[in-house]
Amino acid sequence: MKVGLFVPCYIDQFYPQVAIATLALLERHGVDVVYPKKQTCCGQPMANSGFEHLTQSCNDLFIENFSTFDYIVSPSGSCTLHIKDHLHVTGMEQESKFIRDKVKELTEFLTDVLEVKSLKAKFPHKVGLHQSCHGQRGLKLAQMSELVAPGFSKSESLLTMVEGLQLISLNRKDECCGFGGTFCVTEEAVSVKMGKDRVADHTQQGAEYITGSDMSCLMHLEGILRRQKAKTKTIHIAEILNSSQ
Amino acid sequence: MNHADLADHFNKDEPRVDWHDKTLWYIREKRDKAAWQTPDWELLRSTASQIKNNVLSNLHPYLLQFEKKAQQNGVTVHWASTPEEHNQIVYSIIQKHGVANIVKSKSMLTEECHLNAYLSNRGIDVVDTDLGERIVQLAGEPPSHIVLPCIHWRKEEIGELFHKHLGTPKGNADPQFLTAAAREHLRQRFMTSKVAITGVNFGVAETGEIVVCTNEGNADLGVQLADVHIACMGIEKIIPQRKHLGVFLRLLARSATGQPITTYSSHFRKPRDGQDMHIVLVDNGRSERLASDDFRNALKCIRCGACFNTCPVYRRSGGHSYHTAVAGPIGSILAPGLDMKQHADLPFASTLCGSCTNVCPVKIDIHDQLFKWRQVIVQKGYTSTSKKVGMKLMTFVLSNPSVYKIAGATARWFRKYFPVVVNNRFNLWYKQREMPLAPKGSFSDWYKQNRKA
Repeated sequence: MKVGLFVPCYIDQFYPQVAIATLALLERHGVDVVYPKKQTCCGQPMANSGFEHLTQSCNDLFIENFSTFDYIVSPSGSCTLHIKDHLHVTGMEQESKFIRDKVKELTEFLTDVLEVKSLKAKFPHKVGLHQSCHGQRGLKLAQMSELVAPGFSKSESLLTMVEGLQLISLNRKDECCGFGGTFCVTEEAVSVKMGKDRVADHTQQGAEYITGSDMSCLMHLEGILRRQKAKTKTIHIAEILNSSQ
Repeated sequence: MNHADLADHFNKDEPRVDWHDKTLWYIREKRDKAAWQTPDWELLRSTASQIKNNVLSNLHPYLLQFEKKAQQNGVTVHWASTPEEHNQIVYSIIQKHGVANIVKSKSMLTEECHLNAYLSNRGIDVVDTDLGERIVQLAGEPPSHIVLPCIHWRKEEIGELFHKHLGTPKGNADPQFLTAAAREHLRQRFMTSKVAITGVNFGVAETGEIVVCTNEGNADLGVQLADVHIACMGIEKIIPQRKHLGVFLRLLARSATGQPITTYSSHFRKPRDGQDMHIVLVDNGRSERLASDDFRNALKCIRCGACFNTCPVYRRSGGHSYHTAVAGPIGSILAPGLDMKQHADLPFASTLCGSCTNVCPVKIDIHDQLFKWRQVIVQKGYTSTSKKVGMKLMTFVLSNPSVYKIAGATARWFRKYFPVVVNNRFNLWYKQREMPLAPKGSFSDWYKQNRKA
C-alpha cells in the first residue's frame, strides 16, 4: 500500500515534529509513505474566508501531487475535510473524486484502514482529548454530543492503547475551541474566550497535556496556555501514538 | 458596528460572559436530556425535515388551500410582500376599530418587520405580553434570543427595571415576586385591549387553523379578551395537515428548552361570535429564498432557538452582537438574504463547528449555508480591499511551491529574530495568545535530509 503524506502548510512550517511523528508512525505500521515535495496548502484558508474561487491552483497542485497513491493521509481533520468536501478540478472529475474518497485523517486511517488493535506506545501522563470540530462533526471521527446515537471516538480508542496514558474526562466533551481559521483574528475576542474556556475545562481536571488531531486548534490553545504561563502543554496525537518515553 | 466589535464589547465583562455562556449551556443540556428520553429522536428530526421539504416544494398550493380554508372559517386573510405592507395592514385594521392600546404575544415576524416602532410612531401603544419580551420592551431593547428574549438580563437588573417602571420595591429581585408584579401589570392591559396580535407557530393548510405555542398563556388571554385577533405569519409556517403537529410539537419545546411540550399549544380556527379575526401572510424575501437551491431549506426553521443555545459563539457574544431580529446561527443565514450589505459580517461570526446543524430539529444545514454565504458575500463585493489583497497574496504564495518554501522560511526567520516586528499590537493573534515557537527548519527541510528522494 502506497500512501501520500499530506502535511498541512502550518504543520510543515511550525510543527515539523508532528509530521515527523506521523511519518514514523505510519512507517512503523509497515506503510510505504511518500511525501510529495511540491505540496503547499489545501486551500481551506481562502475558501473559509469566502474566496473559494481563488483555490483553483491549490486544487490543481493537490491533484498533481496526490493522484498516484492508494491513500492520502494527513495529521489534520480540518484540512482532510476541506479536500473531501471541496476538491474539484474541471476536466479531472475522476481524479478529483478519487482523491476525495481516498483522503484520510490519521486516526481514521489507523482505525479504519490499518485496523490498528495495539500500539507500542508509552505516555505516562494525564491527557485531555480535544475533539476538533471538523474531524468530529465533519469526518465523523467521534460521536457528537448533539446526536442521539451510540458513543465512539477513534482518537480515544487509539489513546487507550497507549501504555500509562490516563485520559481525563471533560465537562463539555466536544465544545469548539474557537480557532476557526481566520475567525481567530477576525473575531479575536470570542475566539480567545472560547480558547480560554476550553483550556480551563482541561486544566481544572488536571490535564498535563491537551491532545487532538488538529494542530491548528492546538496552536490556538498552546498560545493561550503559554500566555497564562500554565504548566499544561499541547501535543498532537501523532506524537503520543508514536512516543516511547 | 459589526459582530466582531459588538462581541468585543460584550467580552469586556468576562464574568458576565461566563454567566451568559453557562445559562445557555444549561438549556442545551436540558435539550440533550429531553432528546435522549424521546424514543426515535433522530427519526423525528428526519420526519420533520421531510415534511418541511414537502411544504417548501408545494408551498404555493398549500398557501392557497390554507387561505381558502381560513376564509371558509370566517377569517380575513391578507398578503404582504414587504414589512412595510405588513405594518400598513396591521395598522389599518387597528385604525378601523379606533383603538389606541393593543396587546401582542410573542412574534419574531413582527420584530423582523419592526412593527412596534411603526405603530408607536402612529400613536398606538403596544404592550408585549410575553414576560421576557415585556422586560426588553421596558428596557427599550430588542430581544436577544428568539425563545428567551431577556436571557441576557440578570434577575437583579430586572428587579431594578421593574422598580423603575412598575413601582416594585427597590432591591427586590425575587423571580416569583417580580413575575407576580408583571402579571398584575399585564392583566390590566389584557382587560382593556380590544385588539390582540399574535404570532403563528404553525398554519395548518388542511383546516386553515393556526397554532400558537406559549408557556405563559398570554396569546390565549389576549385573544380571548379582545374583539379583534390579528395573527402575523411568515408564509413558511405552513404544515400540510393537523396530524403533522404530532411531529413538530414533540420537537419544538424539547429543542427549545428541554420541556416535553409548551404549556399552551393553542389552536385558533375561527373567530368566536362577534370577534374579528385576521391572518396576515408575510413574504419579505421568503419567495426569493425558496428559489435558491443553496439557501432554500433555511425556510424549514421552526424558531426553536436550539442553534442559539448550542452555539459557542452566540453564548459568548450575546444576541445583540448580531444586530438583527433573529440572531444566532439561523439568523446569520437568514439576515444576509434580507439585506446583504447590512449583514455581510454575520456568516463570518462562526467557527463552522457544525453544532448548530446537529441540534436543528428540522435538519437545516446551517454551517454549510454559512460557508456558502461567505462565498456569495465575497463574490458580491461586500468585503474589504485589504482582505481581498491579502487573500490574493496568500493564494499566490500557496499556488507556487517554490515561492511557498521561501515565504515559509522567511516567516519562520521573522518569528525567531524579530518578535517585536511580528508581535506588535496590531497582531490580533498576539493580543491574548503567544505566537507559535519557530522551529529550526520546516518538515520539508527535514524530509530532504532524512529520506531518500
